[in-house]
Amino acid sequence: MRAAAAAAPPWASLPRGGIAFLFPLALLALWSVSARLGWLPPQILPAPSEVGSALWDLAVTGELASNTGISLLRVVEGFAAGSALGLLLGIAMGLSRTTEDYVKPLFTAFAQVPTLGWIPFLMLLVGIGEPLKVLVIAKAAFVPVALNTFAGIRAVPPIYAEVGALFRFSRWQLLQKVVLPAAVPPIFTGLRYGLTHAWNALVAVELLASAEGLGYLLVWGRQMFWLDTMMGAMIVIGIVGFALDRIMAAAEQRLQRWRLA
Amino acid sequence: MKRVLRGLVLPLLLLALWETASHGRFVDPRILPPLELVAHTAVYQVMHEGLLSNLAASLARDLAGFCVGSLIGVIIGTALGLSRVADRLFMPSFNGLRQIAILAWIPLISIWFGVGESAKVVFIAAAALIPVVLNTREGMRAASAQLVEVARALTFTRWQLVTRLYLPSALPSIATGVHLALIYAWVASVGSEYFMTVGPGIGGLIIAGRERFQMDLVMLGILILGIVGFAINLGASAIEARLMRWKPV
Repeated sequence: MRAAAAAAPPWASLPRGGIAFLFPLALLALWSVSARLGWLPPQILPAPSEVGSALWDLAVTGELASNTGISLLRVVEGFAAGSALGLLLGIAMGLSRTTEDYVKPLFTAFAQVPTLGWIPFLMLLVGIGEPLKVLVIAKAAFVPVALNTFAGIRAVPPIYAEVGALFRFSRWQLLQKVVLPAAVPPIFTGLRYGLTHAWNALVAVELLASAEGLGYLLVWGRQMFWLDTMMGAMIVIGIVGFALDRIMAAAEQRLQRWRLA
Repeated sequence: MKRVLRGLVLPLLLLALWETASHGRFVDPRILPPLELVAHTAVYQVMHEGLLSNLAASLARDLAGFCVGSLIGVIIGTALGLSRVADRLFMPSFNGLRQIAILAWIPLISIWFGVGESAKVVFIAAAALIPVVLNTREGMRAASAQLVEVARALTFTRWQLVTRLYLPSALPSIATGVHLALIYAWVASVGSEYFMTVGPGIGGLIIAGRERFQMDLVMLGILILGIVGFAINLGASAIEARLMRWKPV
């Protein structure tokens, strides 16, 4: 109950950050105790220290850095290609109703099939090499970027364009000085979704077909029954995904400094 | 009308190009099977290979995981939304775990739960749970403070407060979460079938098509994925709109 703050329990006065660690710490303690006392076999639940040392081993041998690097490179390549195409298509559909009429139905049909569905298709088409990864990631980023760019441009109030017309802006000036800046927030939302989707797609494609990368570490750990390695890889996947999202959020804020609050 | 016709131009062009490329052998027909072969495969699969029972298996799995996931999600979301202590205790951990791409859980789940039906349902439920928790929590927190005051003046019990005030006012938000959960659950169903290839299902069908290099089968599978996803989305929107009729716009 939110009003419970009135009759504050003793722990409510703890700083927000402090109490947040209580649950994970308790879980970690329980996990350690269970591992120490052998409640669950280590093939099912390795001790937290083992996960830590597995991560450490991966880090020391350089495997962690090289696999993370490969995954990141794939995401950057795929995201760059996919979001560039998405921006172009979104702008084209947003600016011209004719283009929208022609392209939108096909785009919608294409977007209807989840990225996961396209992976086996692309595997037959281009094999399981590097192009597969980039294509899958690009597709994942392309759809939300195109959709949000399109919606963002359509949502620009017509009155802005009228003001532009008053200034006798050319089409290019109108696009560059009025429409695009006004559509920046939704476009950035799209880019942020796109990057999240791209990261998820990377994990999918690396799980299905890869001999290196963070997803491959998972598959490898699974085959060897090394749960500590698997859990370590999961942690790194979480951290990198979080970091990528934070970077986009920071860029978003920076780009919008000029806006009136 | 003009818009519909325009919308048909590109898809028809693409199909025509596909047919010519396939029949003219510009592209290896194993890579690009002619349309009629895909259609033939569809009929053959329905008649002899039990395509419909594969589809039914996928949908049943989807539904089971979705129900479990969204039910637990509503409960957790309600608790987090109504209790500050619970929120402070568990929300950061939940947010932390949420950062791990959902598919990355599959290897761990398959070790813990095997590769059978229960593992798949667990995975689908986990995928469905996340948006429901987030949206339910959000909706509970957005309940109008004035209404809460009125309810207190009327000396509502805790139970009444939850069932008569918080739940109804969070309903639109919960519906959004459940709608997302439906979409996530379907993708997760396919994902679970990709990686735990035991038992019937559309995902297994696609993987089998890839392994046997049968592009027609893969394409059929993709088509079904898209159609089912589309139908689920359409149905969810309709139900949502119906449920929200009472809401003043």
